[in-house]
This record gives sequence, structure tokens and C-alpha cells, in this order.
Amino acid sequence: MAHHSNETQKTKRVVVLVATRKGAWLFHSNATRTTWRTDGPHFLGHIINHVMLDPRDGRTLLAAAKTGHLGPTIFRSTDLGRTWKESAQPPAFAKVPEGEQGRAVDHTFWLTPGHASEPDVWYAGTSPQGLFRTADDGVTWQPFSTINDDPQYRKWMGTVQDGTPDGPKLHSIIVDPRDPAHLYFAMSGGGVHESSDSGRTWTLRIKGMDVVEGFGLNRDDATCHDPHCIRICPSNPDRLYQQNHCGIYRLDRPSDTWVRIGKNMPADIGDIGFPMVVHPHDADTAWVFPMDGTSVWPRTSPGGKPAVYATRDAGLSWQRLDAGLPTEQAWWTVKRQAMTADAMDSVGLYFGTTSGELWMSSDEGRQWSCIARHLPEIYAVETVELN
Amino acid sequence: MLWKQSSLISAPMKVLIPSALHSYSDSGEVEASGATLAAALTDLDRTYPGIRFRMIDEQDKIRRHIRIFVNGTQVNELSQPLATSDEIIIVQALSGG
Repeated sequence: MAHHSNETQKTKRVVVLVATRKGAWLFHSNATRTTWRTDGPHFLGHIINHVMLDPRDGRTLLAAAKTGHLGPTIFRSTDLGRTWKESAQPPAFAKVPEGEQGRAVDHTFWLTPGHASEPDVWYAGTSPQGLFRTADDGVTWQPFSTINDDPQYRKWMGTVQDGTPDGPKLHSIIVDPRDPAHLYFAMSGGGVHESSDSGRTWTLRIKGMDVVEGFGLNRDDATCHDPHCIRICPSNPDRLYQQNHCGIYRLDRPSDTWVRIGKNMPADIGDIGFPMVVHPHDADTAWVFPMDGTSVWPRTSPGGKPAVYATRDAGLSWQRLDAGLPTEQAWWTVKRQAMTADAMDSVGLYFGTTSGELWMSSDEGRQWSCIARHLPEIYAVETVELN
Repeated sequence: MLWKQSSLISAPMKVLIPSALHSYSDSGEVEASGATLAAALTDLDRTYPGIRFRMIDEQDKIRRHIRIFVNGTQVNELSQPLATSDEIIIVQALSGG
């Protein structure tokens, strides 16, 4: 990916899209990313799992919403959030014949814009696990029966009891920037999957991934795998990074074997976490937010001392980045969609916490500052650069 | 008595809408027609697009935190027959936090 020119950079502004348990907020930066204008709440009281801007037109937003009472839906805006309209046909599983047990979408969890050559295509992942596609910019959504209704996939998905506390999820839907037919996705639980034919057929990609030890789990069984977040490197789409329930991994295609680069993390920190962030221009650089995965799995920052860890050499070594962050008694969790990077020349990093704080760094994590406090529990953070 | 049956199906019933769905109906009290609860909800969705899926899932089950009462009696099946004199009350059940 080419770097932006300095002139272009000067006129760019970053917008941070924050999805929370009680609504969505947009934070608009100035040119230097030092001050932020708050736009929100949108959908106050709605559970918003993801808000995503279409990078292909720079103005269409999709928001995955539900409330405590009401079923799930998708809201669309074509004017950067000034007005919203609901999808005419939100993601929903196929209706089963009378007498059979069908599934119902509890919430749409993940939104991924399609390939640059397919301007109206988006993908969605749901809880319980389902894969959906729209070809009309989010107005109507169609299920992938090759996943949602396939007996093998249904077995790999397990039951609601096998999934994360608020439901098992299909997430990390990735479109290869070189090829619209080349897709990846992950399931918690249910492993990692790849298609090279637009989703007609899929291949399991769990080789090299560890499973929880001590329970006799079979590492060849996709059900036993819980990838938390997978990212593809924009500057080298043959490289993927993964934060898993059992460690941090890198995959360099055409190899089909994940390498556990988290073994190089400090032993007292470990390599457990939710989010995975890749650098927009440098495939050797990635960031994680480690969490406490010991004993009963508190899933807080280890020791109450939050820190981001960066690798600059594709996972051979890791450096702690905590300048500006609280030094004690900060028991945060950062969820899998709640950490991201912008694509400015000096890359900005952003994360949102379960305690409703939004943090950012404009120098790749060397120094951190807080953009907002007292928001509801943050589920997802995304960024866009606008002229 | 075909004319009477037709009249029964097309005459509107009173439907009380909970506050969580006022973004669709703009009102707490609206009208819908139908010989069954399923038909009345379809009619409601014609008038207020999207409202049905927020209450009824893709397997035609009433969602977990939604309750529907017809003349004060809770109804669990969409096949419930309706008459023009019936009153439908849609309630959002308590859902914490």
C-alpha cells in the first residue's frame, strides 16, 4: 500500500466509530488528532455491536443493532450518520420446516465491507454463528447456506453453551484486497475457514493452533478452537495475524500452518487477549492488548496495569507500550473489535474499554491519551480517514 | 355469509404498541387487520416496515422479551384466530441493565 503524500495527510481528519452496549458515538478529530468533537449518542439504549464506514464511498455507515427487548437489525446511513434508515431485510437464518428446530439470529456481531471492485457488497457475521452477504449496500441480506445450514459446520459451531458468554459468534470476515473471491472468517468457537471461490466451498485452517490443555481436547476438531480476532496485513495480504483463546499466531501463505508468535511474549504477561491490530503499511508490525488468562480467567489487564504490546519483527520480539496509561488499579478488558489503527503516516492506535474509556496514540503506541470517559461498555472501535 | 367473513378479515383491530417500538409506529395505539395474529402482524409490518422482525424471529417465534396479549390473555402462537372486536396488546417484558 502506498503512503499518503504529506499534502493529502494535512487535509485528512480521522473519525473514530465507537459501538457500545448503549448506543454509538462518532469522534471527529482535528488535523493533528489532538482535539476531538463528539457526535452522539446515536441509537441511545440500543446494543450496538459494530459500526463500520464504507471505505469505498466514504459516507455510508452500517450499524449492527438490537435492544434488550427487540430483535436484531442493521441501520444504514448514507450521510455519515446524520440520518439513518433500517435495512429492509436484516440478516436472518432460513426458516426451517414445521417441527424442526431452526436457529434465530440473536445479534449481528461483525460487519465487513466487500472488495473495492464490488461496491455494494458487505459481509456480516452473527451470533449464533452465521455468515451473510448483501449485494445492495446493506438493504437486504442473504444467508450463506454453505455455512449456516451445512451439517459439518453446524457440528463445528457447537451449541450456545459452547460459545462466549453473550453467545457464540462468527467474526473476522476478511476479503483479500487482491481477489474478491478469496475470503476468510473465524468462529468462537469453530476455528478458522478459507474460501477461494466466493464462499461456495470452504477449507478449515486450524493447523498449528493450540487448544486448551488438560481436557483431552482434539486439536484437529474445529469445535475445540476459539480464534478471538484475525487480521490480514494490507501491505502484504499473504500474512495474517491471530489473537486466539490460546495464544498469538502468524500465518504466512501459502503455508497453511499458524505459528505461535505469542510464545515470545514476556512469561508474566502471557499471550492471551481479544483484539489483534495490524499496521497499515508494515506487515512486520502488529499490536495486541494482553489480558489475564490465569486461574479463573479474569480477562482484565494483567495485575491491573494495562499495556499494549507491539512487535516490529513479525512476532520474534514484543515491546511494552504503556506511557500515559494508568500505572495501577485499572482492571480493563478490551474486547476483540475494540482496538484498531488508522492509516495516517504516523499511525494512530485506538482502543475502547469495557469501563467506557476511549484511548488513542498518534505515534504508534509510544504515548497514550484518553479521548473520552464515562461511555457505556465499549464493544467496537473503528477508524476512517476523511478529506 | 361470505360478505360477513370478508368484513371480519378487513376490519381493523386496536393494537397497543410498547414504547420500544414507537420509532416505527409513532404512536402507542394503532390499527391492524387479519384473521389470525400472524396476518395482523403482517398487516402491521406493511404499515410500519421492519416492526415485525423486531418482535418475531425468522422461525416465527415470539422473541424472548416480547409478550403478546389478545383481550388480556397471553398468546404464544401466531396461528391464534382473531375477531374484529379483539384488542392486541404488545408488551416488552422486563429486561435488566
